[in-house]
Amino acid sequence: MDFTSLTLSDVSRTFGRRRALNRVSLRCRAGEIVALLGPNGAGKSTLLSIASTLLEPSSGAVRYDDHTARTAGAGLRGRIGLLAHDLYVYPELSPAENLLFFGRLYRVPDLARRVDAALERAELSHRRADPVAGFSRGMRQRLAVERALLHEPRLVLLDEPFTGLDDGATAALRERLSGLRAAGAMVLVTTHDLEIIEPVIDRAVVLQSGRLVPVEPGVGTLRERYRRLCAAGT
Amino acid sequence: MTSFLGTVWLVTRKDLLIEVRSREILYTTLFFAVSCVLVFAFGFVREGRAIEHAAAGILWIAIAFSGTLALGRAFERERQNDTLRALMLAPVDRPALYVGKLVGVLVLLGAVEAVVVPIVALMFQARLFAHPFLMAGLLIAGTVGFAAVGTLFAAMLVRARSRDVLLPVLLYPITVPVIIAGVRGTAALLQADVDLPMARAWLSMLVFFDVVFITLSLWTFEPLMTE
Repeated sequence: MDFTSLTLSDVSRTFGRRRALNRVSLRCRAGEIVALLGPNGAGKSTLLSIASTLLEPSSGAVRYDDHTARTAGAGLRGRIGLLAHDLYVYPELSPAENLLFFGRLYRVPDLARRVDAALERAELSHRRADPVAGFSRGMRQRLAVERALLHEPRLVLLDEPFTGLDDGATAALRERLSGLRAAGAMVLVTTHDLEIIEPVIDRAVVLQSGRLVPVEPGVGTLRERYRRLCAAGT
Repeated sequence: MTSFLGTVWLVTRKDLLIEVRSREILYTTLFFAVSCVLVFAFGFVREGRAIEHAAAGILWIAIAFSGTLALGRAFERERQNDTLRALMLAPVDRPALYVGKLVGVLVLLGAVEAVVVPIVALMFQARLFAHPFLMAGLLIAGTVGFAAVGTLFAAMLVRARSRDVLLPVLLYPITVPVIIAGVRGTAALLQADVDLPMARAWLSMLVFFDVVFITLSLWTFEPLMTE
């Protein structure tokens, strides 16, 4: 199963009496990187969870071309890669074991070679047999990025991917994002590191109080435009 | 898609690998179960003679309590890095994830029972090995029924704040029939006049509970885990 667009139409999500998303509409196409910006608690992670099929919207529709999470099921999930705030890796296992476990679940072909390449990219080859529990946050983050991308997903959802990364790893991840776009992936990335993400994104949108507002191209850096938009919204 | 049994094997293998590394659940549940049996032994054994049917009740209490402990810890691991969501996102049959977790818990409880059963036999002078196949059948069927419901509830409660309190509160009322059947079946084997037909009847009851609980769990796991 494959798809080339993600469409959210009037998606709302409530948790009890709190409304996290309020009639959000967004469309992403293959080969596009979209930055999802917003203050803490704006609903960014909720939106990523809904796009990843892990969370159902309270109302509205999420479509992957003409498919929905219910109709496409496991085939759809196999084309989605999610890097969440929690890193989805087992600290008792080594990085190689983590990647092999998830690679087998996703039936990744030529897995051993891909795991080697992933560990090389994450600069963890020399620690491939050590338990992840002993790793720094940055090392875990690099591993989690590789875990999310191991199966070459069509839809890449990244929640604060630069957290804990040093300059070299940040530059490598930025390059990776460009590579994903060239390969036809659609990338939805949330971040507060606007200076880092600005050179690689195609457009940005802001979530404010559960509503989605586009950041229009214009004068100034992404951060300046973002601040102007936030100031206008408050 | 990875096949159902392939997924079960992957999840079970991963859980057992983690347990072999940490030995956390095995040691804590074993320590708890043995302590439980020893404390009851001091209360219910006088001058080398145990109160009638005490051994059967204490064996199943030790299994149920240590099983609850194992279930809670097995899913606490999936909660720490939210790896349960990573499993739910994988392109596999979601009920296979449930079965994989269940088999992992069963292996651990099997290891605990391998130690606890001889200790109960020793402390209570109980003839637990007089009818080994029937006793093994009762233990296997009872443990499967208890763990089948427990695995479902523990997975459901993984993100609940009061999960440690809620798990036993939800689990024990539902699994009371399993525990009663286990106790009565074991008691039928331990009494002076061994009642084999009664033990077989309770074993049949346990198998029936297993089929019902596993079927319901496989049926409800995916909808219950969807947020």
